Amino acid sequence: MTLIQVQRAQYALELHDVGKRFKKKRNDYSYALKGVSLSVTRGEVVGILGPNGSGKSTLVRVVSTLTVPDAGIVEVFGINAVERPREVQRYINRVSVEASFFKKMSSLENLLFGAKLYGVSDRESRPRIKQILDEIGFDYKRVGEPMEHLSRGMQQKIALARALLTSPMLMLLDEPTTGLDPRSKKDVQALIRSIRKDHDSSILLCTHDMGEAEELCDRIGILLNGELVAIDTADGLRQKYGTSSLEDVFMAATGTTLEEAEFASESVENASAAD
Amino acid sequence: MEITHAELSKPGWMREMIAIWGYAQRNYFLTKRYFWWEVVWLVYSTMNALTIGFIGVGFGGTSEQAAINTTFLLIGTLLWSYLSMIFDLLSETVSWERWEGTIEYTFMSPASRTSQLLGMGIYAVLYGIVRMIVMLGAISLFFDMSLGDANYAAALGILAICSISLVGFGMVAAVMPLLSPEKGQQVTSIFTAVLLLISGIYYSIDVLPGWMQPLANISPVYYALNGIRAALLEGASFTSQWGNVWPLLVMGGIFPPLGLWMFQKGEWYAKKTGRLKRSG
Repeated sequence: MTLIQVQRAQYALELHDVGKRFKKKRNDYSYALKGVSLSVTRGEVVGILGPNGSGKSTLVRVVSTLTVPDAGIVEVFGINAVERPREVQRYINRVSVEASFFKKMSSLENLLFGAKLYGVSDRESRPRIKQILDEIGFDYKRVGEPMEHLSRGMQQKIALARALLTSPMLMLLDEPTTGLDPRSKKDVQALIRSIRKDHDSSILLCTHDMGEAEELCDRIGILLNGELVAIDTADGLRQKYGTSSLEDVFMAATGTTLEEAEFASESVENASAAD
Repeated sequence: MEITHAELSKPGWMREMIAIWGYAQRNYFLTKRYFWWEVVWLVYSTMNALTIGFIGVGFGGTSEQAAINTTFLLIGTLLWSYLSMIFDLLSETVSWERWEGTIEYTFMSPASRTSQLLGMGIYAVLYGIVRMIVMLGAISLFFDMSLGDANYAAALGILAICSISLVGFGMVAAVMPLLSPEKGQQVTSIFTAVLLLISGIYYSIDVLPGWMQPLANISPVYYALNGIRAALLEGASFTSQWGNVWPLLVMGGIFPPLGLWMFQKGEWYAKKTGRLKRSG
């Protein structure tokens, strides 16, 4: 598929009935995704709201070709992600909760390396790095410092810069603000808003922060125990469930609060670990 | 900000060349950042080589015989230091990235696995050569080596072919941590230990038990040592060593594509079973 065909595709992402299970023990499986179907149109920001262990990260891994689904179809700009992963990889990038960097290497070295994996040479990436770092408010004088000397918030900004450097047409953001202090969280959220405004990117944002989902996303899906129980605009969800807040929507759609769901998920994880 | 998708319209081969350079450059960055650890390992390896050299001197005999013994041992030591480093760097491709927490970022990038392993291999060979030259310089200050008849061109030719085999051998071993995140790296360490035992690095394989000697035939290090020792100690030419060269050529032709194929199968398995991720 040519770049022009990709740019003309109506949907950045389409999932049809996607399922994934992982083997825990013999004849004992955990179901991470159960028949998930959703679509992200070009330029749209879709949020997936769910507690820890609901399947959000598996969903992002399936789209980013890191996990092979057991069932269903995953298409990125009309390209089948299971059959043609390398083609899909050219158009996507991902920022996850853990900013994955070579910690001893500087941010500049990490960015240069990340860009080269996507075919961007040093000559092309150096001016872009300067431009992006200026844009995100990163002091360029610190670009030579090892990543491990930077705060979590700074590292997450560099992770977003690394993704932007490769001009992804679909950005996968897996809890990019989790664990950040309030100031860094605001900065990263502002950056996500600017990506949406200034870049030709569609975004799939997984979060367990309802405020973040409402503020940044055009549509919000609720994922619980691997099932997408609802997906609509924030207003649409409120209308559908006859509630005034997303918290109440979550309660009405799932029969539990987000906090209770997280507690239940952690208890299951702890019990599995004890086994 | 200007939106550009220029890299998307680059031909595939150009993107892969940039990625190969990226992997080699990244390893250079890491060597630079861990510079003092690299110095520590270099000093350790050099001391180790000197110790083994002195064992050769300690065998006694005429000064000529002592020089031959010492040279025999030092060739083995230097070559093992070089080849085991290539093997380790390649075989640690996965476990290293898993340890740093970058494995998912690398494996979701569009650069091919061939480019990744090639970039790693090129850097390992270049770094290994620099390291070996430094060690050789230090060692030559301590010992009279029997290199009067040495055919250096033949030795370098054999070293080059063997490097390709070892890169391939390392690729085969690199798949282990993909199959088992916990035990995979231990298995590759066993690979290294077995190579050390069966390849005749510090002794002729004739001293091994009869049942063990045929195992040397599957080790590229064995042929490389035979060839390089013959070239340096006896001045044997490259063409006169067909018996050592052809197995290395065959292994060089088989191991890299086999390693790559196994790596791709391992990657698919890891992605299917969720073993790629580091945690969580």
